[in-house]
Amino acid sequence: MMDFIVIPILALLAATAVTVARIRNLWAAVMFTGIYSFLSASWMLILDAPDVAFTEAAVGAGITTILMLATLSLTPRRHRKSGRLSSEDFEERPSKSPLVPLLIVTITGCALVYGTFDMPHFGDPNAPIQVYPQPSFVEKSQPDMHGLPNVVTAVLASYRGYDTLGETAVIFTAGIAVLLILRKNTDDQGTSESQSVTGENA
Amino acid sequence: MTDFLGLYNYWIVIFLMMTGFYIVIARENLIKTIIGLNIFQTSVFLLYITMGKVTNGTAPILKGSHSGESHGAEGHGAESHGAEHGQELHSAAEGHLDSGVEAVTEIYSNPIPSVLMLTAIVVGIATTALALALVVRIREEYGTIEEDEILEMDRNS
Repeated sequence: MMDFIVIPILALLAATAVTVARIRNLWAAVMFTGIYSFLSASWMLILDAPDVAFTEAAVGAGITTILMLATLSLTPRRHRKSGRLSSEDFEERPSKSPLVPLLIVTITGCALVYGTFDMPHFGDPNAPIQVYPQPSFVEKSQPDMHGLPNVVTAVLASYRGYDTLGETAVIFTAGIAVLLILRKNTDDQGTSESQSVTGENA
Repeated sequence: MTDFLGLYNYWIVIFLMMTGFYIVIARENLIKTIIGLNIFQTSVFLLYITMGKVTNGTAPILKGSHSGESHGAEGHGAESHGAEHGQELHSAAEGHLDSGVEAVTEIYSNPIPSVLMLTAIVVGIATTALALALVVRIREEYGTIEEDEILEMDRNS
């Protein structure tokens, strides 16, 4: 029964990824990236990870798409001197022969597939990741967290609390860095304007 | 054939990963490169999440108001009610499902990959935002976001 849902989602995921690789128009590529994130969120939900699915749908399909669209609107390729932006301003230039990258990617993919033959099978309850640590977090989180039902939240906020704090620090650092990078230009303009003003005065 | 049924999730993930890798190395548009990185990143999330799945499992959200009495088993997998089953639960969970007349067994998928990937998603959006800000700066400085044109200008200057 589940296969009727999973197989179309996986096929759509693969098709979307290939479309992103092939399409030239950057607006369309960004939109397909959003679709790709949403499809992977759907698969994560089927794989019993609703927390990750929510986060991926909100952050991956939402915020990333918005950031990329904002970047695109700031970086058009100007075909004409004036006038409105058209879709041509967001076209990629045709790239060189894709044969060498395709070869590299194929070889890497084959090596990785060869590596999966030693992996535990999908859904195997005796895989090492399911067996250790013993007792598991599912068992321990109930007495430790006084009956908090969601184990993912319990582990994230409690056992890995310092890591989550570090994650917040990463976000903060990235925000400051983005502000500094984007602010520099207006600062330069400001100083040059003030210099020209002082030059006129002198 | 059993290999195919058991390992298809890894192969899907590898296919998606290689698509992202291809975009990164074959395309010269900087925004397209970041899109490729994003696809690669999402496929890594999927790789971890598929590892945590247990057959017939459900999301690791504990049910009901049973506290204290219940003992988990099968790694992160199962939780059982009934004290007489508490000790032998380290054997296979399927057995309990089959013979589960008096023992109500619940199998949970592994929460650890979910926790790790939640952190990774948030860090990923931070790096993406930083990369996009750098692209905006490069566009202001060079007037283009095509990698080879930028390198050309750098060589000529």
